[in-house]
Amino acid sequence: MTPLAGYLMVAAMLFAIGLAGALTRRNAILVLIGIELMLNAANLNLIAFWRYGPHPEALTGMMFAIFSIAVAAAEAAVGLGLVISIHRHAHTTDLDNMNRMKG
Amino acid sequence: MSPVFYLISAMTVAGGLAAVLFKNTVHCALALTVAFAGLALLFLGLDAQFAGFAQILVYIGAVAILVVFAILLTRGSETPKDSVYSSNWPAGLVIAAGVFAVLGWAVLQSVRFLPNETAVPKVTVLDIGNALVGRYVLPLEIVALLLTAATIGAVIVAMHEKEGAK
Amino acid sequence: MQEAISFTPQIIASSIAKILWLIPAVPIVASGVIALLKQPKRKTAATLSIGSLGVSLLLALAAFAHVVNGWAHTAAVRETVNLTWIQVGRTNVDLGWVLDPLSAIMLVMVSFVGLLIFIYSTGYMAHDENYTRFFCFLSLFAGAMLGVVISNSLLLLFMCWELVGLTSYLLIGFWYQKPSAAAAAKKAFLTTRVGDVFFLLGMVWLFAQTGTLLFYNNGSGSMEHGALAALLAQPAALGLTAAGAIGLLIFAGAAGKSGQLPLHVWLPDAMEGPTPVSALIHAATMVAAGVYLIARVYPLMQAGALAGGTTTALTVVTWVGASTALFAALIAVAQNDIKRILAYSTVSQLGYMMAGLGMGGVAVGMFHLITHAFFKALLFMGAGSVIHGCHEEQDIRRMGGLKADMPLTFITYAIGMLALCGFPLAFSGFWSKDGILEAAQHWSIAKAPFYMLVFGALLTAFYMTRQVAYVFFGHWRGHKPAHESPAVMTVPLAILGFFAMVLGGIGTPAWPWFRAFLNGQEAGFGLHGFAEPGLLALMATSTVVVFLGLGLGWRLYGGDSPKVEAPDALEKAVPWVWTVLHNKLYVDEFYGVTVIAFYEWWANVADWLDRRVWGGVVMSVAWVFGLLAQLNRFLDTNVVDGSFDKGCDELAAGGGLLSRVQNGRVQAYLRILALAVVALVAILIWSSRA
Repeated sequence: MTPLAGYLMVAAMLFAIGLAGALTRRNAILVLIGIELMLNAANLNLIAFWRYGPHPEALTGMMFAIFSIAVAAAEAAVGLGLVISIHRHAHTTDLDNMNRMKG
Repeated sequence: MSPVFYLISAMTVAGGLAAVLFKNTVHCALALTVAFAGLALLFLGLDAQFAGFAQILVYIGAVAILVVFAILLTRGSETPKDSVYSSNWPAGLVIAAGVFAVLGWAVLQSVRFLPNETAVPKVTVLDIGNALVGRYVLPLEIVALLLTAATIGAVIVAMHEKEGAK
Repeated sequence: MQEAISFTPQIIASSIAKILWLIPAVPIVASGVIALLKQPKRKTAATLSIGSLGVSLLLALAAFAHVVNGWAHTAAVRETVNLTWIQVGRTNVDLGWVLDPLSAIMLVMVSFVGLLIFIYSTGYMAHDENYTRFFCFLSLFAGAMLGVVISNSLLLLFMCWELVGLTSYLLIGFWYQKPSAAAAAKKAFLTTRVGDVFFLLGMVWLFAQTGTLLFYNNGSGSMEHGALAALLAQPAALGLTAAGAIGLLIFAGAAGKSGQLPLHVWLPDAMEGPTPVSALIHAATMVAAGVYLIARVYPLMQAGALAGGTTTALTVVTWVGASTALFAALIAVAQNDIKRILAYSTVSQLGYMMAGLGMGGVAVGMFHLITHAFFKALLFMGAGSVIHGCHEEQDIRRMGGLKADMPLTFITYAIGMLALCGFPLAFSGFWSKDGILEAAQHWSIAKAPFYMLVFGALLTAFYMTRQVAYVFFGHWRGHKPAHESPAVMTVPLAILGFFAMVLGGIGTPAWPWFRAFLNGQEAGFGLHGFAEPGLLALMATSTVVVFLGLGLGWRLYGGDSPKVEAPDALEKAVPWVWTVLHNKLYVDEFYGVTVIAFYEWWANVADWLDRRVWGGVVMSVAWVFGLLAQLNRFLDTNVVDGSFDKGCDELAAGGGLLSRVQNGRVQAYLRILALAVVALVAILIWSSRA
């Protein structure tokens, strides 16, 4: 198990956990938490590949990860704003009950 | 694979597990913070110091706080009537397990192609700064725009509507 | 009997022969034009008709002059113009026309008598509202009859023959609103049809045997030596050769058209037509067509005869002719309608012509035909004048004393009557009838025809005297007084009367011009012709017979004129004979019981077959199809539609099932996304492992 493989496994685990959380929790905020975990796992992947990749001095991986962090922050802000707005409207954050888009 | 790595990994994974398993939402947010911290340490271990500190600053310092605020604003701290898990949670579990299986299998399959040890990259903040305004100036500007839009959007979305404008 | 014929065959037809086709064509075209005239244009129609026939007469006279010219220079004329009509493989069907003495004489007779009758008709039909239709049909008839006369092909002759029959039907049934006229027209057509069937059979057989239907074709025609030899060599049934059998079949057709014994029933009924029609068609021309046909195919009828002998065909012709002559004369004695007496007289005289052909040859029969045409037309037109003058009365018992009221008619009628009876020397009928009697006297097979013909002559004189006595003598028994007819009617009578007397001159034994002309020989005038053995005795015999008949008739009918309802003098004498004769010897009734009854039975059988058997087949086929249609509909509704509907329902249900995936819950969508990604990644990795 090379170091890179170890980091990749950790990232995979984190990703799976984040996905499980996003898919199984009722609360909308918990879903967002799961998404954050997934994004972080991806960041870890990026940094790991940057570190053990062929051209670390090009800083590609690092830049990608930094931008990912920035975007994730923005997304978290907007998403949580949405959750708050929904809560204000429906007085609940229970995703199981939000099926107005039912086809 | 140093033991430090295993320790930090275990902490991170535990934090993540806790973040999705706890019943109390605030506890989940706090466990998330632990996971973020663990990740930051992993970044530091990967000689990505800037990314690690950025992780701490942004994620722990902003996102986690934001999450907590959101929980508080949506009364998430109260104990819910039904279960915290959705009605058909095994399906999600299975799918997540499937995802992990695929990813893990991919990694393990390609182990022999991965490099063992490489040189430590010498990365300074100056280099990062130069890259930001040099090669990656376009993404930089776009991200700036994005952040502006996200801020405005979040404010508008979460704002109390004025009485007359309904 | 028939002397040797010496004709010079013409390879190149003269110019008059080339335009001979105009003679029938012009009246037919005139008929077509009249048919297309919009309003009843009476003057135009009459002018067209008479003008076209006048043109035909001029051309006919020119042709006649040409033939006479040829004959006078001892190069007898027989010019033919033949055209190929249909070509099938190596056989041809040809049409053509011929100009020889026989056709030249007939052309002149038909067009001249026809023209006189056309002129007469303008007066007779003046009050009829269908004047134009009458002249249209008359012109068509004239054209068709002239076509029969000039045709050199049996096929063309048959076609014109049928056309003549058609126009006869149209003209007999001219007043078709009268049921009796319509029935008479139908009877005429059907009866002649019976004869025509045999004619057609004979024609087809002739074509099959000889390969040609042309009469004369530079040696290869069917009346010429080669074809006749082939026909004689071919045996047919009953001991006849093909020549004899074909001759008999053709004679059957002629018998229908010329009213010979079994097929004579239509002629008296044909008197339903207007009198000019009776004069033209049923006295002078159409009924003579049968006689003309036999004269045309005479080489065929005579083929195989030994010198001085005769053939089976000609024997049959003679017997039929003689029987007809006697039979019809008997019936004529007991009729009361002025035209019906003349009709039976025509049948009788046609029998004479056929007998003359059979026993004496072409010249004998044809001479009587020519003379008969003139005096019979004269008699019919005279009868028409009488009918017109007596205000459409036709029963002789209601006439009388007309010799004072209608003198011109009386004189011309008397001339015609004497010619018909065969009054000696001054009238043509005497010479033509004597020619026949002479031939009968010398006939080698039997003497019976001679006696039949002599007795017939007696009866002819008798019934004509009866008729003339009833009509012209005595006192008037009608209602309104009679008046003479206008000049347009009496002038043709006078012209015909003149010819009825004068024509005899060309056939006397002293100057046998007619016979010589037809046979292409010299004719010299010489009283030595009377020196033939038995000739003077024969002339005396016939004179005695005529006077006997006249005297008998005058004695019974010539004195005081009887009342209208009183029974006839003969009836008083021999009532049962009178009844039989008056009822036409029950021939029509006999036909009604046998032929007509059989035909009706057969028609019923055919109807039953048609409705039950063939109809049944058709219905059952339709029933089967109906069944198939039901099956089809069942399949369509239940199987096809059913399966389709079921499929649609399943689809809808499936859609309903699938739509439950869209449950509106975000997490469910997320799950599916994740699943899809997993699957894609797996596929990608797996495929890139290769």
